[in-house]
Amino acid sequence: MQTRRIRWHIAVFLAPAVLVYTAVMIFPLFNTLRLALFTEVDQTRVYVGLQNFRTLFFDPIWSEQFWNALGNNFWFFLIHMLVQNPIGVALAALLSHPRLRFAALYRSAIFIPTILSFVIVGFAWKLILSPLWGIAPSMLDAIGLKSLFAPWLGKEEYALTTLALVSVWQFVGIPMMLIYAALLSIPEEILEAGEIDGITGASAFWKIKLPLILPSIGIISILTFVGNFNAFDLIYVSQGALAGPDFSTDILGTFMYRTFFGFQLQLGDPHMGSAIAGAMFAIILVGVCIYLFGIQTRMRRYQL
Amino acid sequence: MNKARQNPLNTAAMHGALILYTLIALFPVFVIIINSFKTRRSIFREPLALPDAESFSLIGYQTVMKQGDFFLYFQNSLIVTVVSLAFVLLFGAMAAFALSEYKFKGNTLMGLYLALGIMIPIRIGTVAILEMMVATGLVNTLWALILVYTAQGLPLAVFILSEFMRQVSDDLKNAGRVDGLSEYTIFFRLVLPLVRPAMATVAVFNMIPIWNDLWFPLILAPAEETKTLTLGSQVFIGQFVTDWNAVLSALSMAILPVLVLYVIFSRQLIRGITSGAVK
Repeated sequence: MQTRRIRWHIAVFLAPAVLVYTAVMIFPLFNTLRLALFTEVDQTRVYVGLQNFRTLFFDPIWSEQFWNALGNNFWFFLIHMLVQNPIGVALAALLSHPRLRFAALYRSAIFIPTILSFVIVGFAWKLILSPLWGIAPSMLDAIGLKSLFAPWLGKEEYALTTLALVSVWQFVGIPMMLIYAALLSIPEEILEAGEIDGITGASAFWKIKLPLILPSIGIISILTFVGNFNAFDLIYVSQGALAGPDFSTDILGTFMYRTFFGFQLQLGDPHMGSAIAGAMFAIILVGVCIYLFGIQTRMRRYQL
Repeated sequence: MNKARQNPLNTAAMHGALILYTLIALFPVFVIIINSFKTRRSIFREPLALPDAESFSLIGYQTVMKQGDFFLYFQNSLIVTVVSLAFVLLFGAMAAFALSEYKFKGNTLMGLYLALGIMIPIRIGTVAILEMMVATGLVNTLWALILVYTAQGLPLAVFILSEFMRQVSDDLKNAGRVDGLSEYTIFFRLVLPLVRPAMATVAVFNMIPIWNDLWFPLILAPAEETKTLTLGSQVFIGQFVTDWNAVLSALSMAILPVLVLYVIFSRQLIRGITSGAVK
């Protein structure tokens, strides 16, 4: 038909998106990976190969910070997987119950924290948990648990877990919505067939619905993984770029920010920052590949 | 419906659990807003009480109005969000149309290339983005943010919109071609109006992350005249940490526009998520 003519309109349609995307996303991504192979000596850029990565992984000062941030990041992710996603699934299971009244109201209300910015969420919880203001201790007092109160954000052993739970509070709406959508798409006939076989209530959830929503749980897991491994805002807002107390809440995002942008007395080093970005890229890539090739392809999808 | 699903005790328990979680979700927002209208003394003495005639005070809001340039921040956020969204929708729809409508060499490859960005966060490339913005003189301009958010939003937009455009009937487009319409007219006049619901979904998905982002404003546009509302309130609160009235008022003022947007768009958002557009 038109094979001999160059179809310019295709190029015109593609050009703006491809240009912006390539120039502002793909090119900087690879340029950052390239910058990780350089260092600055006397204000000139010198190629040093993998030296920056060697420093990052093995130099005592750097590696201690790096492994600390990485370990904290995994803990941050683990809490999301163990708390956020089960709560999200449970809420979705309740909401999807047929003939539940006010379901839309609950759904909209529970989603509100997700639309708030980290600045609001971080400061709001900082104020509420503050021993100065006393909302958290007096509420614990009301249910007779005052002895449990501690200035959680100020204690090394609790701060990271507390922030992870704040983040869970904020984002629980996302798994809830996606699972809710998945549950709604299960045809009524399947559930009725189960009922005829005597599977109702909770066992219908475990034996019929859960296996059917596993693919959605997989998607939520990978979204959580990617989101957590480039998280930054919440920690920065509530604990500052030094991720205190004593770096106990430092994750890869704050570590990279401090390194490449500089903070207080520390001078910015774009090349070490790029090396950290390279490490984050590798981690996210590994996670995405495990999901795409290890989980998604093996997951049994049921024809509904 | 059989009886097993409508046990009244069960229903009560379900409502109990949902009400409990709704309270957990809303409590911090509620506490911040009510206390922003109180005097400093009553903020501390009775943090959970509603403001009454005696404890009511707007002192925090007065400080915020005097000290912070919140209207400028709000305007910056609005410009950045609206312009980025417009670019994401226009460029994304054009690319999606090219990918879904025409058969050409490298179509699949181009689709995969554009989809890469769905999973890889743009923040990884921040060092080089900053360097590029410094080199082109775009640092501390709203354009730096607009470009970054456009690039960030495009992959998912192209993906969702091309799924929808595949469903637009070929007969319609071919009828247009027979009538002598150009490919551009077919796109703008015939296809775009038909995928409007999908465009709304894409817009709502992109709106919240752009409006709430702190990372890029902090790095690319921290100057006073280009601060977004998110960065502006972060800096303001950082400076006024000890002035509880001002902090609570600034937080409430940051919550308000998002809540208003949510009330307007929540149907669209929830329908977008639950329609399975992101699968």
